[in-house]
Amino acid sequence: MAWLEEMTAAANVPPAKDLWQVCPRCGAYVPKAEWNAANPVCPRCNYHGRMKARARIALLADEGTFAECHADVSYSDHLAFHDATGAYKDKVEATVKKTGEGESVTIGTALMGGIPVMLGAMNFFFMGGSLGTGTGERICRACEQAIAERRPLVLCSASGGARMHEGILSLMQMARTSAAIGKLKAAGLPFISILTDPTTGGVSASYAMLGDVNVAEPGVLIGFAGRRVIENTIHQKLPPDFQTAEYLEQHGFVDKIVERKDLKAFVVKTLHYMGF
Amino acid sequence: MKAIEIVKMARDPKRPHFFDYVKGMCSDFEELHGDRLAKDDRGLVGGFATIGGEKCVLLGHNKGATVEENVAANFGMANPDGYRKAMRLMTLAEKFGLPVVTLVDTPGAYPGREAEERGQAEAIAKSLEFCAALKTPIVVVIVGEGGSGGALAIAVGDRVLMLENAVYSVISPEGCAGILWRDGSKAADAAEALKITAADLKRLGVVDEIVPEGANGAAKSPKTAIANVKKRVLAALKELKKLDKEELVARRYGKFRAMGRFN
Repeated sequence: MAWLEEMTAAANVPPAKDLWQVCPRCGAYVPKAEWNAANPVCPRCNYHGRMKARARIALLADEGTFAECHADVSYSDHLAFHDATGAYKDKVEATVKKTGEGESVTIGTALMGGIPVMLGAMNFFFMGGSLGTGTGERICRACEQAIAERRPLVLCSASGGARMHEGILSLMQMARTSAAIGKLKAAGLPFISILTDPTTGGVSASYAMLGDVNVAEPGVLIGFAGRRVIENTIHQKLPPDFQTAEYLEQHGFVDKIVERKDLKAFVVKTLHYMGF
Repeated sequence: MKAIEIVKMARDPKRPHFFDYVKGMCSDFEELHGDRLAKDDRGLVGGFATIGGEKCVLLGHNKGATVEENVAANFGMANPDGYRKAMRLMTLAEKFGLPVVTLVDTPGAYPGREAEERGQAEAIAKSLEFCAALKTPIVVVIVGEGGSGGALAIAVGDRVLMLENAVYSVISPEGCAGILWRDGSKAADAAEALKITAADLKRLGVVDEIVPEGANGAAKSPKTAIANVKKRVLAALKELKKLDKEELVARRYGKFRAMGRFN
């Protein structure tokens, strides 16, 4: 069949994966250009796909107003952690190289609808958005800067939970970020927590759930324990909508589900109500 | 000793549990029930206690002594109701000027359907924020298993003590091995890599003081272990009582704020 391969190569047709995006939820084939233009939201099932931190910030900040802070804070390999597949240091360095980011959260100052805010977004593509010591440090500094400059904090979470490669100190990030968020709130400043796909484990059980207002994108996964762990513990099948944003809204833990295209307007309006 | 052997000791059902400490170190204990919202969780219990003449609120995970108790208490895996009860009791402590003592001993927060529906994540998060700002001394003792967020939720204190053969970890060695080694039987390797023993945690600045357990550990020498815990708790309370409330909270914030500032 060599003639066929030659013919196809000669036609210079781009491979299908460059033309089409398959929706991970409903399986629809969406033209790549349309998928990317919609800041990946599936036009058929309204699946709100995962976004890189900077793309998300671009969606929320007034154009050209975002100035990154605390970018010098990076991961720490204080345990010299190795597992079966190698060293944490090698994995995280590869991630830094691939993503161009130094940690799983990107934070800075910005205007939103003209209001000066501290704006941050977690990056699921950086070690699963896991909460490491560097992530925790950036969030604590963001809270402290927000207090010093009287800015509301708007933070988008996307994380599988704590970063176990950093051992017990990754767990401690839950405590110190929650303490810092508490200080911000006690200073009378708003914390708007935006929950995106996925927000689970140690991140859901710390700052992500502590918003004065918790907003979630439609259909996203939000929960503490993993579905399989729960099913194995209780020996029951869980309903399909378990741990979705809608399920959390029904049970009282999410204030509102807001589509991605409306997120910025919702945050700005909320900040107006809060006196900003 | 290998980390995994210490894990086994920390999980030994013969180790003293919450009510053994009550019996061994309190001249009085009055349990208070319920979160005033939904339930009385048996996995996390507490009440007014007198330890060596010192009145306090004593809280802790309860693994239970009999099979019936084990089941009722989910083997010390608390539900959101447990963390909300803990916050309610700590509010009482703050209001009436009593210090708080917590005994941490849990495999982790309960991973159940209702636990999720009643907001396990929110309850733990709220407890972390709450403990960080509580205007009364908090002394934490990791007495057995310090399992992840379910342990940390009542472990944000001014002094964190840890028994010699207790463990405290972000994830169980089995869970970590399942994810990073893709093989749950590699728990021994994961336990070693995670650095979860009292000596490791002291070195990392997460634990202030290691409490010795006596010959062959707390399961074999429960009286010694309990007496040592009592002595260290009283010493810590004595020191913390000297501090002004604002100073206490500022120092507690500083203590946790410093955990993991490397770069």
